[in-house]
Amino acid sequence: MKRAGFSHRWLPILFLVPQLAIIFVFFYWPALHAIRSSFFLQDPFGFGENFVGLKNYTAMFKSAAYMRSAWFTVIFTVLVTVLSLSIALLLAVKADKVIRGAKTYRTLLMWAYAVAPPVAGVIGLVLFDQSWGPIKDFVALFGWDFRLGVNYFDTAFAMIFVSVWKQLPVNFIFFMSGLQSIPKSVREAALIDNRSASGRFWDVTFPLLAPTGFFLLITNITYALFDTFGIIDTIVKGKPGNNPMTLVYKVYVDGFRGNDLGGSSAQSVVLMILVLALTVFQFRLVERRIHYT
Amino acid sequence: MAQVTLNNVRKVYPNGFEAVKPASFAINDGEFVVLVGPSGCGKSTMLRMIAGLEDISSGELNIGDRVVNDVDPADRDIAMVFQNYALYPHMTVAKNIGYGLKNRKIPADQIAAKVQEAATMLNLTEYLDRKPSQLSGGQRQRVAMGRAIVRDPSLFLFDEPLSNLDAKLRNQMRIEIKALQRRLGVTSVYVTHDQVEAMTMADRIIVMNGGVIEQIGTPSEVYHSPASTFVASFMGAPPMNLLNGHAAGGRVRVGDHDLHHHDQDRPLTVGIRPEDIVPDTTGPLQINVSLIEELGAHRLLHGTLQDQAITIHVGKDHPVTTGPIYAAVKPNAVSLFDVESGMRL
Ligand SMILES: Nc1ncnc2c1ncn2[C@@H]1O[C@H](COP(=O)(O)OP(=O)(O)OP(=O)(O)O)[C@@H](O)[C@H]1O
Ligand SMILES: [Mg+2]
Repeated sequence: MKRAGFSHRWLPILFLVPQLAIIFVFFYWPALHAIRSSFFLQDPFGFGENFVGLKNYTAMFKSAAYMRSAWFTVIFTVLVTVLSLSIALLLAVKADKVIRGAKTYRTLLMWAYAVAPPVAGVIGLVLFDQSWGPIKDFVALFGWDFRLGVNYFDTAFAMIFVSVWKQLPVNFIFFMSGLQSIPKSVREAALIDNRSASGRFWDVTFPLLAPTGFFLLITNITYALFDTFGIIDTIVKGKPGNNPMTLVYKVYVDGFRGNDLGGSSAQSVVLMILVLALTVFQFRLVERRIHYT
Repeated sequence: MAQVTLNNVRKVYPNGFEAVKPASFAINDGEFVVLVGPSGCGKSTMLRMIAGLEDISSGELNIGDRVVNDVDPADRDIAMVFQNYALYPHMTVAKNIGYGLKNRKIPADQIAAKVQEAATMLNLTEYLDRKPSQLSGGQRQRVAMGRAIVRDPSLFLFDEPLSNLDAKLRNQMRIEIKALQRRLGVTSVYVTHDQVEAMTMADRIIVMNGGVIEQIGTPSEVYHSPASTFVASFMGAPPMNLLNGHAAGGRVRVGDHDLHHHDQDRPLTVGIRPEDIVPDTTGPLQINVSLIEELGAHRLLHGTLQDQAITIHVGKDHPVTTGPIYAAVKPNAVSLFDVESGMRL
């Protein structure tokens, strides 16, 4: 096979320059800057900085607020990931039963789900609205005086609820297509081999969904850790008060509201290491492959 | 082991298409029945109704002495081999073969013994720990067979199990499957559109066309006494010669040639197998040969009999040339069909 090539050695480099420049300016440079800042104590008004070594880090790990936020992040991430994966899987399996083969219906349903995510986040918040949110009214029937942004538990509940709500459609679509890609005849063979529907699910369907499931697990963890910033910001509105926050949001609050750039940089370095670990973990497992054929 | 009986079994798909018109027949205990017909004639639909993978729109299906219309596939005591084998990609060969047994709460040591036995029978012992993706097509085919036989079902169902294999392997597996079925004595329904498979494997052949059963009979009956012009032209390669003829005064004539006898005066279709026409310098038929197909063991002569296309099968030792030759028809080798309906007279 003939490979297309460039006549000049510098030409491909030239084409890569814009991309590399963007990555450098918006990723490596700020990252390096953050690493550097994490070793300094910044003057809040920008009049200089003092080298303080690891003091920002030790202060961070000693801070009760930081540890509280770290624990919340762990619980938040686990709950959002587990809930949005399992609910989406359940919905996909149910929907797959109904619409297997019915192509138009399937496509329509997919479209609705594909359009929904950005809208869903906003709608989710409206549901909890303090003055006219239907969910607030609904739980009030059971004597739950729901106080968004005031009560710690209630706020955490709303954050998790909306985050799950927003992620469901994406997971649903992936699980759906994962289910649809399982050959019909394999399911039929299972139908002959095993009379129990739940047995067939756990023995055949679920393992064959593992590649999809694993991919979603990683993306959902990443989502819960980082992409929920917008939702949390909409709820907390920059006023931390007694509210729960994830570590990512705390970086922003401490750095830009509290003007503690050094401390906030130290926090973001920790998060960078977390992302790095997650990425390595993902590549390792993808290499060990959970896919067949 | 079981007898299978269909009573006016019919399939209408949700879109209103009638894939199988009401069909009634019985398959005897231990019999090997082949369902054959062109693509889209409803063979798979019929088989899948027997398997329980497709609902039966009306009629009654019995396996053994049970009506099984509403019985789940897993409870019909059947095993099925699919065209693409349908192996579980995440399970090893041993797990694939044993999966059905595991679900029947059979103790693990018995499963292991049965899997081992089936693997030995199918020459799969060295592959038991592999995943299906690490096997060749022929080996996958064997695993699919293994999965079917370990269950000791009362009925085997096959849907074109050999069509993904190359010609050589297909011939070999054909013989192996047939021998295995003989040995186990399990009633079997085998779907194919390959008429060589149908002829060689079947105790009885069911020929389908457009959702209708055209004929049920032994391979020899179907071949030598086709029930319709469709069967005559579908079975056999090359197919039966179908010539326009006319019966008058007790004689059946094709062009100027006297071929057979028939009581009524009517037009009809005359069917003669290519090998039932033999070159004979004193024969009554004059055939103009235009093309000779060399097949090694024998040759096919294509030509015309008074403007009607005709094919003759001759042995390799017989000298042939293009141009006019004389031939005779073997006695009792002529089939007569109604011109309108195509039905055998
Ligand atoms: N789910 C379905 N809905 C509607 N029509 C269907 C469906 N499945 C099959 N058919 C139609 O029913 C007819 C018979 O299909 P079937 O699969 O039984 O054919 P077949 O004889 O097995 O053909 P092949 O040799 O190509 O496998 C075909 O015309 C097909 O288009
Ligand atoms: Mg078919």
